Amino acid sequence: MKYLAFAAGVLSASAVWADTPELTVYTYDSFVADWGPGPAIEAAFEETCGCDLKLVAAGDGAALLARIRLEGARSEADIVLGLDTNLTAAAAETGLFAPHGVRATYDLPVAWNDPVFVPYDWGYFAFVHAADLDAPANFRALAESDLSIVIQDPRSSTPGLGLLMWVKAAYGDEAPAIWEGLADNIVTVTKGWSEAYGLFLEGEADMVLSYTTSPAYHLIAEEDSSKAAALFDEGHYLQVEVAAKLAASDQPELAEAFLQFMVTDGFQSVIPTTNWMYPAVTPAGGLPEGFETLIAPGAALLLPADRAQTVRDEALAEWLDALSQ
Amino acid sequence: MAGRAQPVNPVWGSVAAAVVAAAILGALCAVFWRAEASLGLGPSDWAAIRFTVLQAALSATFSAVLAVPVARALARRQFAARGALVTLLGAPFILPVIVAVFGLLAVFGRSGWVSTVLGWVGLPPLHIYGLHGVVLAHVFFNLPLATRLLLQGWRDVPSEQFRLAAQLSFGAGETARLIERPMLARTLPGVWAVIFAICVTSFAVALTLGGGPRATTVELAIFQAFSFDFDLSRAAWLSVIQIALAGIAAVIALRLTPFEALGTGLDRPVRRWDVGARRLIAQDTMLITLAALFLLLPLSAIVLSGLAAIWHLPVQVWHAAGLSVLVALGSTAVLLSLALPMSWAIAAGSASRVEVAGILGLAASPLVIGTGFFVMLNPFVNPQSLALPVTALVNALMALPFALRILVPGAREVARGYGRLALSLDMRGWPYLRHVLLPRLMPRIGFAAGLAAALSMGDLGVIALFADPELATLPLQMYRLMAAYQMETAAGAGLLLLVLSLVLFWAFDAGGRRGAAA
Repeated sequence: MKYLAFAAGVLSASAVWADTPELTVYTYDSFVADWGPGPAIEAAFEETCGCDLKLVAAGDGAALLARIRLEGARSEADIVLGLDTNLTAAAAETGLFAPHGVRATYDLPVAWNDPVFVPYDWGYFAFVHAADLDAPANFRALAESDLSIVIQDPRSSTPGLGLLMWVKAAYGDEAPAIWEGLADNIVTVTKGWSEAYGLFLEGEADMVLSYTTSPAYHLIAEEDSSKAAALFDEGHYLQVEVAAKLAASDQPELAEAFLQFMVTDGFQSVIPTTNWMYPAVTPAGGLPEGFETLIAPGAALLLPADRAQTVRDEALAEWLDALSQ
Repeated sequence: MAGRAQPVNPVWGSVAAAVVAAAILGALCAVFWRAEASLGLGPSDWAAIRFTVLQAALSATFSAVLAVPVARALARRQFAARGALVTLLGAPFILPVIVAVFGLLAVFGRSGWVSTVLGWVGLPPLHIYGLHGVVLAHVFFNLPLATRLLLQGWRDVPSEQFRLAAQLSFGAGETARLIERPMLARTLPGVWAVIFAICVTSFAVALTLGGGPRATTVELAIFQAFSFDFDLSRAAWLSVIQIALAGIAAVIALRLTPFEALGTGLDRPVRRWDVGARRLIAQDTMLITLAALFLLLPLSAIVLSGLAAIWHLPVQVWHAAGLSVLVALGSTAVLLSLALPMSWAIAAGSASRVEVAGILGLAASPLVIGTGFFVMLNPFVNPQSLALPVTALVNALMALPFALRILVPGAREVARGYGRLALSLDMRGWPYLRHVLLPRLMPRIGFAAGLAAALSMGDLGVIALFADPELATLPLQMYRLMAAYQMETAAGAGLLLLVLSLVLFWAFDAGGRRGAAA
């Protein structure tokens, strides 16, 4: 009976809200989850906007963009939240997105002045390992070591693609040689981040490709200081997560207001301990306790969006070639 | 055989087959229609096709061949808890892949139980990643299914045949040659084909256990074409190839299947007189123990890892569990309304095309089918509002080939054994269904319904494409937990999923057998 009541509630929910304006945000799955940033951000924005904020899980990374392209101008989405710089060039090319008018002082390791995409958080990719492991200091040392790593497939996973760009940004034409050296360290390649991180926690590999902020989760949520991220002296590749409004939105003012809200404390203070990334604009209260223990990469690597798109296919071919021997 | 009069009108089966084919081919056409760029297949696509065929053929062969001794041992032994064991042995097949992969790795992984034991005697850890790992995982998933399907084959041998064999003092050898081998010749090709078809669409399992991009399957290439390159045309073409691969396998398997009758009995319980030798008892005991260890050790790993968290799962997980049960029940209802008429039509001898339509659902990429439905629905309704019905429908299509494997042999025996008698009594339609066909099919209907419900429970499926934050199914909720670092809670949700799937499976399966006994 409980579930019948639940189902009935779901069915009637849309009717009740019919007279309030509705802002639809397409994002990735872990953003809308009950333990993700979604619920707190929805509550904070709805307090001021006089609207109903509807978060819709529409796929991760490239799948999110594919969904928007599939729906085209007919899409119900007003905002897409969760693309990164590997996708923004392709996203801009679709012509489905509109420029924003957001002004903010970003705390990003790189300068940001994209007219269409507004950043909301960022992080460095890194290999995470047990704190007592003697971790290598760069890709060459990793390739020469006996350490085992588990990574994600760049064709299906954002961090997997990030690693591809990381090696390419750090080594350029030498990237194929680096991958050949890494081939015997790679235990396996997974479809997504969750599988890889799960395998690492189960002890299948010494290190896993994740983010420099991953140890913060274990420290803050589990009071466990046994995980650390390896500091690489080539620098670490950056992931900047962005949002943009759709040109075909029927709520352009509301969409603009959301992007404005996105770079304020109401949104930014939720990010560190729900999305486990760095906020794009550090909130007034600073970062949560525990974040100061994280490694600080010497250099931030990031290919510009237009180059990222052209480098991607070449880097993928090199990766496939090196690991398919 | 075509055209022979039957007490049930086979037209309804053809209608159901047409509905299935229309749903799947319609979805494919919708994707083609939306396609913009058109590229040929590159060398990497051909490599993916080769690997897909290789791993699917190996997986299907090992699963089917290994299932023969296990099913024979189970068929000729009665022991305490046999029923429970048979139900539990079904569990790997209905597990969500991610749960199963973690269970397998807890046993066979580099720091798994086997590697730990090897370490005690100074041996290096197992290396599971590679083609052998892919095959091992697929055998883990499909050996139980193959065993159950073959066991059903043994159950169909009329007890009179074993009685006669005993009177002629057959030993185990003669029984194998004259009774069991003909039965296997009729069941094994179909079992092989259905496992081949399911392995063709493998993606996450093949990639994770295959150890890297060498283990790229067609399904991964479809995923890449769809989201990485947004090349819908290539995604649809690859999906057509995937369907063709499974379809060709199915046609070959059906060609190889002889259609001679087993003879009809009086539905008396089977007793065996030919298998009392001590050597045979020892052999069967060993086989059953080995199979149980192989299948139950990873299951116990799943239970152990989820046990800590299952007592305090967040309320959203319970909501998701409730929704998943609803979807599973809906999916089962859709499945039965398609599979029953289809199995009768196939049994009536008319249509192997009906059976091929049945295998389509398994071989079609869930991603492409989901996208196709999405494209078809989008102009008319918000696809999200139909997330649950579409998921139930697609899950039913995926379970259809299994249901047909289960139902068809039984329906065929009934048609052959009782069809003419019923016709001579002018017993048709509902009275025939109620008094002759359904009671005899009841154990199979229960098994098929249980399988469909459990499969639907465990399948992440198309819900991910249509996801709505408030309407997450249990597998989706489990993925969300994992993505938020909450691996322990996810393991608890995985255990809940395992328990619910098994309960649903058991309830239908046992219900069907009880229905038959009554």
